[in-house]
Amino acid sequence: MATPRSTATRLLTNRAFLAVCLLATNVAVVVLAVLLISILWQGLGSLNWNFLTHAASRKPAEAGILAPLWGSVWVCTICGLVALPLGIGTAIYLEEFARKGRFTRIVQTNIMNLAGVPSIVYGILGLTAFARMFGAFGTSAEDGGFAIGNEESLLYFKLPFGSSVLAGGLTLMLVILPIVIIATQEALRSVPKSLRSGALALGATPWQTVWGITLPAAIPGIMTGAILAMSRAIGESAPLLVVGAVLFVLNAPENLMSDFAVLPLQIFNWAGRPQDEFHAIAASAIIVQLVALLAFNGIAVFIRQKLQKPLQ
Amino acid sequence: MQIESTPPSPGTGAPQHGQHVRQFMAVPGAPSPVATPTAIAVRGFSSWYGSFQALKSLDLDIPSQQVTAFIGPSGCGKSTFLRWINRMNDTIPSARAEGSLQLNGVDLLEKNLDVVDLRRRVGMVFQKPNPFPKSIYDNVAFGPRLHKHYTRAELDELVEQSLRQASIWNEVKDRLQASALGLSGGQQQRVCIARAIAIGPEVMLMDEPCSALDPKSTLAIEELIETLADRYTIVIVTHNMQQAARVSDQTAFFFEGRLIESGSTEDIFTKPKNKQTEDYVTGRFG
Repeated sequence: MATPRSTATRLLTNRAFLAVCLLATNVAVVVLAVLLISILWQGLGSLNWNFLTHAASRKPAEAGILAPLWGSVWVCTICGLVALPLGIGTAIYLEEFARKGRFTRIVQTNIMNLAGVPSIVYGILGLTAFARMFGAFGTSAEDGGFAIGNEESLLYFKLPFGSSVLAGGLTLMLVILPIVIIATQEALRSVPKSLRSGALALGATPWQTVWGITLPAAIPGIMTGAILAMSRAIGESAPLLVVGAVLFVLNAPENLMSDFAVLPLQIFNWAGRPQDEFHAIAASAIIVQLVALLAFNGIAVFIRQKLQKPLQ
Repeated sequence: MQIESTPPSPGTGAPQHGQHVRQFMAVPGAPSPVATPTAIAVRGFSSWYGSFQALKSLDLDIPSQQVTAFIGPSGCGKSTFLRWINRMNDTIPSARAEGSLQLNGVDLLEKNLDVVDLRRRVGMVFQKPNPFPKSIYDNVAFGPRLHKHYTRAELDELVEQSLRQASIWNEVKDRLQASALGLSGGQQQRVCIARAIAIGPEVMLMDEPCSALDPKSTLAIEELIETLADRYTIVIVTHNMQQAARVSDQTAFFFEGRLIESGSTEDIFTKPKNKQTEDYVTGRFG
């Protein structure tokens, strides 16, 4: 015989569980709030136009983030320009064209795993593959490699890439590639099968179906995923440290082969110094970084809200 | 029955649909008095999904420019068969077929068949309206744009004609650029029919086109099917026996992967030869 369960006990359990969940949420919110307030408190004072347009300096009062800010812009642009076409292309192949079999399952599992690999591992891979190019072109452009053009010109190019923005951007590309692939696959999967059937039944080739129907319907999801991946790229520092981002650069990058600094590394550098003044400008740089991140995520939310047409 | 290789052309003299044909065919024991050419000839056709045999040795002639209804309980293979006619089963890796399936003399089971061209000649309307998340205009223009380059004026003309044929022009002419997803289910289904018409098919396959619609929209679609039969060979799968009786000239009854009986709709519904057919059409099972 089933014994009746007491209503009072059930309601009590309900309340207890609610309390636990509320507590968990509040802990996260409070920690975040404390962090934000302390950073704003420390950093707002030294945040001004000069801070954005001046190069690094040994004197904290004169130091700015010109080089790391532009370094981040260059590195992330390269990263995005390479990772998005590669990632979206891979996802389209896996979702829309590849025959589902053992091979695609292995590839799929590997991509899932790669998304969880610590980014520093990608740094080591980037150092070997892009910065040093497995030693195939000697140890540098001067010693065994080669260079084309003037070092000051925009089109300067050398092999191996060395510790350049190009090597840094490609390394970050490795970090976010699995994220872009997975996000795009999920976006494509959410497009109803009936739309594909509709297009195929009209005599569309698989490519016409992808280009005319599936991809446009998946674009909001793909864009959201891409932007979230890019905000991950903005915040990465470890792999770039391995590739050889420098901590003290005076100028913004001039070409793909320039040395570079990035914001997270500049923050790391300043925060590690003993003087309080440096801690203050580190906080200012964190504010700049947070604003950039917030803007990126804002765009992602905007796209999801405004551009996502309702599917059936 | 012979296999005709001439494609049907609109406006041939023979009576093609509606009551006339049904009355002709109702003459007891008489062979079909109207020599309607066969559009789709099926001989010894079987198909499988993996090891499951979905269709067992079908023999059937689907006449040109008439409405042929496939009836039968769920899972009897009628939709599967429909999807072989435009080779939509190609998208299912485990699907395979044997036997002979010919459209106006063209072997539809040939491995190297150009399915893109086949699907241009065989339009399909699905069970659930599936308009693309685009404007009404772009929905209808999607098919033609796949196959040819049109000038704006030609395309405007084609879209209008297709929407008129699908009896929805008057309802949408003022909002061609609005999303097709904003239409009612019945309107969406007629846009989907217009979309299929726009590529100029010879055959129109309809897979339970009214099952997701209310009675009023169903009536609109049924009336539309009657008018379309003047130009197209129509094959319609339906669960609704009244619908089959209302719209079709020919009926084929499927049960557990076999074609139990086929013939004029009049005969199937009033004097079926087979006990199973009789039980099904009189509603005793299924």
